Amino acid sequence: MNEVGQKAFPKISLYAFLTVSALLSIFPFYWMFVVASNTTSAINKFPPSILPGPNFIANSLAVFEEIEFFRALFNSILISTVVTLSVLFFCSLAGFAFSKLTFKFRDGLFIFLIATMMIPPQLSLIPNYMIVSQLGWVDTLQAVIVPAAVNAFGVFWMRQYISGAVPYELIEAARMDGCSNFRIYWNIVLPAVKPGLATLGIFTFMGTWNDFLWPLVVLKDSSVHTIQIALRTLNDVYSTDYSLILAGTFLATLPILVVFLLFNKQFIAGLTEGAVK
Amino acid sequence: MILVQPLPSFSLAHLKTNKQSGGRNVELKKEGVEVSGKFTKSKKKYSTAQSERRSGYLFISPFFILFGIFGVFPLIFTAYLSFHKWDILGTKEFIGFKNYVNIFTNDPLFWKTVGNTFSIWIISTIPQLIAALLIAYFLNEKFLKGKSLFRLAIFMPNVTSVVAVALVFSAMFGSQYGLINYVLSVFGIEGINWRGSYFGTHVAIATMVMWRWVGYNAIIYLAGLQSIPRELYEAATIDGAGKLQQLWYITVPMLRPIIIFTVIQSTIGGMQLFAEPMLFGEGGQYQGLTMTLYLYQEAFTRFSFGYASAIAWVLFLLIIIVSLINLLITKKIQTS
Repeated sequence: MNEVGQKAFPKISLYAFLTVSALLSIFPFYWMFVVASNTTSAINKFPPSILPGPNFIANSLAVFEEIEFFRALFNSILISTVVTLSVLFFCSLAGFAFSKLTFKFRDGLFIFLIATMMIPPQLSLIPNYMIVSQLGWVDTLQAVIVPAAVNAFGVFWMRQYISGAVPYELIEAARMDGCSNFRIYWNIVLPAVKPGLATLGIFTFMGTWNDFLWPLVVLKDSSVHTIQIALRTLNDVYSTDYSLILAGTFLATLPILVVFLLFNKQFIAGLTEGAVK
Repeated sequence: MILVQPLPSFSLAHLKTNKQSGGRNVELKKEGVEVSGKFTKSKKKYSTAQSERRSGYLFISPFFILFGIFGVFPLIFTAYLSFHKWDILGTKEFIGFKNYVNIFTNDPLFWKTVGNTFSIWIISTIPQLIAALLIAYFLNEKFLKGKSLFRLAIFMPNVTSVVAVALVFSAMFGSQYGLINYVLSVFGIEGINWRGSYFGTHVAIATMVMWRWVGYNAIIYLAGLQSIPRELYEAATIDGAGKLQQLWYITVPMLRPIIIFTVIQSTIGGMQLFAEPMLFGEGGQYQGLTMTLYLYQEAFTRFSFGYASAIAWVLFLLIIIVSLINLLITKKIQTS
């Protein structure tokens, strides 16, 4: 927009502002590694060391001794993967029904579904815990997986996406050829909405991976801990021994950071997809 | 849980256009009336409608079943619990509104948590949204080089887990040692006791929230900025409006729906603040204790399920009130 009007912000200050913002965004990641690779006493002095040290492997080994790191990592991957697949399937199926099938109360039910998104999760925390313990699911992974298997936001998202991406004629044609509704969904709708699925999938995976409150309530035994809960245990055990705590944190952050850096285009594009319309 | 959510475009107009899809049945009927195949075609139409109905209900049923179990039932049951004295063994005693009366008259700690939550929410949200708006505005400049790199860096904090953020910042905000106090000492400022004072704890927790969400909001604002037609700015320039005037009279009003969206999201997130204060520590004067953390402790460390349920409902009402106030204020911004 520099071709029109006078400039309120000179170029140089603009670059300076963005560079400082970017550095502030990245610095804690760097700092995490600095602490994780030093001893706590090297950090706890004035001035603290600000360069990576030689102790990262030693710190990591100490972490592995204290918490079942790989077990927790495996649990997190398993939970996030199953939840993501389930959300993609059930939400797109419902989204398809809400956008392309005609049935009584359809629009009313859809508005109801949107309204359910306003309910804060704290409100159902206690009864949900009781249900899960009645079912004998405390300390099992399904306690986290099942309640998250389908959600209102996903249905809403997929409905909006399918409405725009799949033309009616296509569905009519398939129906003329004798396709059942499920086959229409599976063979025609799903392939047509892959980008929408990708976006929803990424965000569901991240959300599940980072979830803290509910797993904290229902996953008490260390054998079923997710990585977030394991980190919390580490924090409780070492309290101020930040080298070990941040070594664990760094190891736990690395996988998700790699996933993000690989898929960052889809991530950011997906986030803004709806806004541009 | 604060779910990271993509911003959907949503208007009820969608519903209306889709209603017209009923129109295709009408077309079918027209075809059906045509001469020979009348009987078979109308029969086919009938069975299609029926199978659509059956599949429709079947396909949406997973959500409604799950929501019934983990959404509707808990909602009602929380209300039921809140009228009881209820401990972990399930021994219950009906006590009417006593839990609620207790909250309002006899539990200063709860109101302290309300104050803490609002204080942290305000000092994290306002600078956060302003910073995000500025970043988005700059990122939208045409001449800017390295746009995608800036975008990537600024968004990165958002993919980090709350737990990781809380732990890293807890280390940085160390009271005795700690990077931030060191940096302050370089500038000749005396170290702040981050865990010992209201100011320190609130700022520390707000910083965690801000760091994690500025980039997310900036990206959303950026998308909004890109959708504003360039002609508007060109016309304003011809009329002699300066850049700051353009920012205030064109950009902000055009972004209003998106600003509302981000304000609502940060309200919901702010009211649910939990992991950060839990891991940072609530402090000796409970200055870091937030509403949700208090609810959690009532329920799962002191096991008074009834009282915790009453707290949950009061929280819900507070959230509704705050959202309404928010909406009113944001509406004002547009009309002024």
